Amino acid sequence: MNQFCDNTRREFLKSSATGIGAAALATLLNPDLSADSPHAAPRAKRVIYLFMHGGPSQMDLLDHKPQLAQRRGIELPASVRMNQRLTGMTANQKSFPVTPSVFNFKQHGESGAWLSELLPHIGSAADDLCFVKSMQTEAINHDPAVTYLQTGHQQPGRPSMGSWLSYGLGSENQNLPGFVVLLSRGSAARPDDPLHSRLWGSAFLPSNHQGVTFRSAGDPVLYLSNPPGISEETRVRVLNGLKSLNRKQFQITGDPEINTRIAQFELAHRMQMSVPELTDLSDETENTFDMYGIDSRRPGTFAANCLLARRMAERDVRFIQLYHRGWDQHYNLPTDLRLQCRDIDQPCAALIRDLKQRGLLDDTLVVWGGEFGRTIYSQGKLQQDNYGRDHHGRCFSMWLAGGGIKPGITFGRTDDFSYNVVENPVHVHDLNATILHCLGIDHTRLTFRFKGRDFRLTDVHGVIKKELLA
Amino acid sequence: MNFKRLLPLICLLSCGPAVSTACAQTVQYNRDVRPILADKCFRCHGPDAAARKADLRLDKSEPAKVNRGGYSVITPGKPDQSELIRRVTSTDNDLRMPPHDSGSQLRAAEVEILRRWIRSGAEYQPHWSFIPPRRPSIPKVGRSNWPRNAIDHFVLARLEGEGLRPAATAASSTLIRRATLDLTGLPPTLDEIDAFERESALNPQLAWQRLIERLLASPRYGERMAQVWLDAARYADTNGYFTDNNRTMWLWRDWVIKAFNENMPYDQFTIEQLAGDLLPGSTTDQKIATGFNRNHMVNNETGIIEEEFRVEYVVDRVETTATVWMGLTLGCARCHDHKYDPISQRDFYRFFAFFNNVPERGLSGSGGNSAPILKVPTAELQAALSKSRLAVAAAEREFAAVSQKLDQAQAEWEKTAIARLRTPIKTSLKVRYALDAAAPRLAASGSLKFAPGIIGNAARFDGDAYLSVADSVDFDRKDAFSIGVWIRPESAGCVISKMDDAADMRGFDVTLRKGKALVNLVHRWNSNAIQVATVSSIPGQQWHHLVVTYDGSSKAKGVQVYLDGNLQPVTVRHDSLSGTIRNEQPLRIGRRQASAPFNGLIDEVLLYDTQLEAGRVQHLATEQLVRGVLSRAPRDRSDELKRKLRALFLSSYADPQQSSLLKRLDRLRKGAARLAADMPTTMVMQESKTPRGAFVLDRGQYDQKGEAVTASVPEFLTPGKTANATRLEMAQWLVDPRHPLTARVTVNRLWQQLFGAGLVRSVDDFGTQGDRPSHPELLDWLATELVASGWDLKHTLRLIVDSSTYRQSAVRSPEGTGNDRQNRLLARGSRFRMDAEMLRDQALAISGLLVEKPGGPSVYPYQPSGLWAEVTYDSDQSYPQSSGSSLYRRSLYTFWKRQAPPPNMLVFDAPTRETCTVQRSRTNSPLQALALMNDPTFVEAARKLAERIMTESKATASDRVAFAFRLATARQPAQDEIEILLDVFSEQINEFSRNKTDALLLLKVGHSIRDESLDAIELASWTTVASLILCLDETITKP
Repeated sequence: MNQFCDNTRREFLKSSATGIGAAALATLLNPDLSADSPHAAPRAKRVIYLFMHGGPSQMDLLDHKPQLAQRRGIELPASVRMNQRLTGMTANQKSFPVTPSVFNFKQHGESGAWLSELLPHIGSAADDLCFVKSMQTEAINHDPAVTYLQTGHQQPGRPSMGSWLSYGLGSENQNLPGFVVLLSRGSAARPDDPLHSRLWGSAFLPSNHQGVTFRSAGDPVLYLSNPPGISEETRVRVLNGLKSLNRKQFQITGDPEINTRIAQFELAHRMQMSVPELTDLSDETENTFDMYGIDSRRPGTFAANCLLARRMAERDVRFIQLYHRGWDQHYNLPTDLRLQCRDIDQPCAALIRDLKQRGLLDDTLVVWGGEFGRTIYSQGKLQQDNYGRDHHGRCFSMWLAGGGIKPGITFGRTDDFSYNVVENPVHVHDLNATILHCLGIDHTRLTFRFKGRDFRLTDVHGVIKKELLA
Repeated sequence: MNFKRLLPLICLLSCGPAVSTACAQTVQYNRDVRPILADKCFRCHGPDAAARKADLRLDKSEPAKVNRGGYSVITPGKPDQSELIRRVTSTDNDLRMPPHDSGSQLRAAEVEILRRWIRSGAEYQPHWSFIPPRRPSIPKVGRSNWPRNAIDHFVLARLEGEGLRPAATAASSTLIRRATLDLTGLPPTLDEIDAFERESALNPQLAWQRLIERLLASPRYGERMAQVWLDAARYADTNGYFTDNNRTMWLWRDWVIKAFNENMPYDQFTIEQLAGDLLPGSTTDQKIATGFNRNHMVNNETGIIEEEFRVEYVVDRVETTATVWMGLTLGCARCHDHKYDPISQRDFYRFFAFFNNVPERGLSGSGGNSAPILKVPTAELQAALSKSRLAVAAAEREFAAVSQKLDQAQAEWEKTAIARLRTPIKTSLKVRYALDAAAPRLAASGSLKFAPGIIGNAARFDGDAYLSVADSVDFDRKDAFSIGVWIRPESAGCVISKMDDAADMRGFDVTLRKGKALVNLVHRWNSNAIQVATVSSIPGQQWHHLVVTYDGSSKAKGVQVYLDGNLQPVTVRHDSLSGTIRNEQPLRIGRRQASAPFNGLIDEVLLYDTQLEAGRVQHLATEQLVRGVLSRAPRDRSDELKRKLRALFLSSYADPQQSSLLKRLDRLRKGAARLAADMPTTMVMQESKTPRGAFVLDRGQYDQKGEAVTASVPEFLTPGKTANATRLEMAQWLVDPRHPLTARVTVNRLWQQLFGAGLVRSVDDFGTQGDRPSHPELLDWLATELVASGWDLKHTLRLIVDSSTYRQSAVRSPEGTGNDRQNRLLARGSRFRMDAEMLRDQALAISGLLVEKPGGPSVYPYQPSGLWAEVTYDSDQSYPQSSGSSLYRRSLYTFWKRQAPPPNMLVFDAPTRETCTVQRSRTNSPLQALALMNDPTFVEAARKLAERIMTESKATASDRVAFAFRLATARQPAQDEIEILLDVFSEQINEFSRNKTDALLLLKVGHSIRDESLDAIELASWTTVASLILCLDETITKP
């Protein structure tokens, strides 16, 4: 296949800031760090980040509060609220009625984790998961909160986690991008909140570390396919001609960037084969599709994206970021949350099981969660069988699994109202520091100088939560 | 760890030839010592008082050398008696500095530098860039015939000091291509190349100077300069945060282009953009200019805390202004004193105060521009508007004459209207819910109220109450059915449903959402379901008759929606129904099972087990309205229903001539309103009458107000007003000739634009953490020259471009500069890949597609479909791709959506324009290769270039190859290069002859019309060759 392959390609990749996440870049700009010699022994080689965009309701899913049933409709005590700032959507609300979940919870597995009836499949994988009930963020609105979790800063202008990892560790697969993004829409009636390319952007890092969106319609990667009428033969012919002419130019000018360019055209050509091979699900078995659920046959669904994520993990893509939209249940929570959970419950559990049975869970870190939680009080009127919840940053729940994470535990605790963390808080920066740690990176040392300052994903914060580590 | 910061150090160790001045005998504080201290010590022992440990600061001479009770940290001349050296070399982890747990440590070579510095007296120097530039004397050089102007003296003196020689002058084809791209952003034409080569052969200097004058006078110059400025000014066509609505700032963009083309002096350019509104008697243009500091993002996310974001906008202005004019990282002092530069947190907020008085809100409106704005009527629009207003006035007069007659006619009609109505057809009507009062069959939840409706009363829903009917209809997907209902909605919500929320939403419903009526027929949401939505919105707070009909086909096209009797165009969102929709839920009015509660009135729910045809729907709407309104006493008829009846009368019963006058009047009024709304606006700076107080914000938090401050400039740079200064005074201070930074930062950016890197590589940081200039004297000479010339940018560019330095060949000679990979010493020309915009513009120009039309609203060239929909709120925006000439405008006119910027720009390192960018990264990636090969932009350009090859060049294939090659690279290809391309061509002829369909497919890429007179196989083959040429490294590289 590598008819254009050049013995010196590797050499050029190493000598120039180049490629989509070429590992060499890290060693060049960051001599302290490389894929070969990370700061600490990595437990995970890659991350699958299942981002539930909009803010999933923790007390309806993971943070079980059985005692609240008796307090239904009472005013949220001021001692609990403690004058916490509220979003402009409920700040002027006259009443803050306590709203217990309408959903039943039950315990799962040997670990006995309590999960909502909406998550039966995830429940079946509970012993592989580590639940964090004590996540915290200062942000209370989507745009800053999502940007915070993904870039370590509430305002735009910082690199995303995936681009930091691409920059720091490079890609293990030279024929695929090191940082891939997969998007899906929620089934809830509630409009999906917007995403922004900054969430997978590279900001001040070299732009070849930005995430590459794999799309379910058209070319999976933008501009991947040859134009209509251009056959593979023609493509090879053109690339050969291009290479000969570029080499001549190199002989004249001596500019090593030309050799890098030659290598990039070869890599592009290999991607034209490796990407369709990756996204073609025809070699997956019926059992696999059954495991991920019927939506996995429909391109662009969360289920199909989970299956793709597993295929990317198999091919050593470094950072696989899924966004599933639609978790912003201000109103109609019981109905909409059910739809959202149906989108993700079975595929999430299947992904864990599938990674495990293929021996990939040990070195793949899976992260599930959204940008914040939701309020225990109802936004708008609390009805018999209907309610909504506003944004809540003071506590929310996530779960992690795989590479370096202790399975079957629950970490952190909230108060009786799922309103404040009372034990083992995990701040956004702590989570990010811990994720980097699992990948063998000291979050204080993965830095990039921009405008006179050494920036890092965790800003000047972040504590590795050792209790979460296996 | 940053590689480039190690350069001087490595050089000390190796004394390589490249930068060996650092190996000079004496150690200099600024060059050698400060970088070490700044990197390793200043965090705890620097300017930030709050972070300072052990009451020790090392960034200033006295405190570092003071006697601290028997010892000094630095004892000049005596490294061994300096605590500094003892500490950095200590083997005791508890004593050694930097602290063990900081992870950083001094290298042996760094310790040696500190020793040598202390031994030689430990002399401190102020940071170079904070001292105003002084005009340096021009150094003498050996090769006195090489320099053309002062620039060359500085460059050559340095080269000779290193024992190096400058490169030869580049070929004239390279020179014209380089200068044309640099100064206009577009490539030269073949005629221009020919002429220049001819003239150069006779008199190279004269030819060059004429070329430069021509380029600087071209209107393309302003577009090229503006392109760079747009990054710095974070210009975009959308608001950036959350739903990222559109804004209109192109008037500001066009102001910039014009200012560059008119060679507006840079001091004026500065003052007008920062404070044009405060100039006495400021003109419209000067106000438009202030849009510079309104280009930042604004947020419209419901629920944000306004002050939090308003503060962010002000901070953005501070950071952008400081970066663009001063190369200062002022933003580092937002939360605490600057760690490295002498900027206190108080300084930050005093500068903040300049931008804090804009009468603006933190929460922007739902779209468009946010106040303060300026309406800028264009002449054409103004004329059209007055014309339209005159027409409205005339139509009003005309209508007044018949209005009374119409009233009389309507009164007559009303007397017999009910009697003349056909009786309603009851066939297939399964059930009617009149909703006049509580009824036994209807179980009401919550407090349902009743109010006057269309016929009798209607039910009022408050978002809580709803009705359920246990034994109503039970339609399945194979049944035809229809639903008729009157609604008066106040918000979104479900009108009628029979749906099981908990069982995958099985069932059917009619729901209003975001103004549209949605019809859902669901087996399993959303993989087995039909959803159609009306294209137009249904206006709230007024009565409408809504009918949904369905033919039982299980297909979306079997669903029709009628509003007020008229069939509505719909969008099909899902069309995959193949399972039953039957369920156990009751029929509900005003809600789904447990979601989507309705707010407003509902009346006259009719359910049919047939698909009503259009005539019957129309009749139903008319009949119910007429009967409902006219059966009330006139005093009981609401104004709204009277208007509705009037409209019905006019459209169906009145004398068509008379009613057409009214229709015409309505149309004209709407037209005038639309024109008035189209009046372009632009966001501008303004000062509030009552100034907002400014405070030091603790940790930079919007709600943590500390000491009150007034506007003032940082005094350590240049004397200026230290309290209650105005924004105008601040702008004037920036361009004070004594300002140490503005001119340096400006010429450095110009240098970067031409050479790919600044003399100071950290273009955005001239502070102590930034890079030192490679040629300090040259930088200062250029800076003083800029000021002395009256801030004349064209003059400065002319000087640089005229230099021998600029005209060098970029070819690397092994004996010349082998070790200077980054070309810091400028011993050769620089070649680097073009910016995204230049790359696309060049392809358009070479192919003949480029449409040169200056300014105006932004345009939407090709991009893959769906990119907006997959990220926008509710996926409700799609890219409105242009057609015709707008596809081929220069790239600075491309619509810039921050949430999803143009992909073929991002892939070539364009920033997202969310924040100020004065330096782009320059990467080399396979995604770029894919774009060059496959993006329709470049494929179409290749196709049109192929047409030029076949129509404009000589007949031989070699000539044709050379023609295209020269268009792309400006040079004549060598024979072996021609042969490579000819081989591709002849093999393509073979391939396309075998597969003519392929040829035809390729020739269909892009919207431009194909020249049908040209043979398809040959044209496709040339297209392939042209595409190859457009991908050449040489083509995409600025030489």
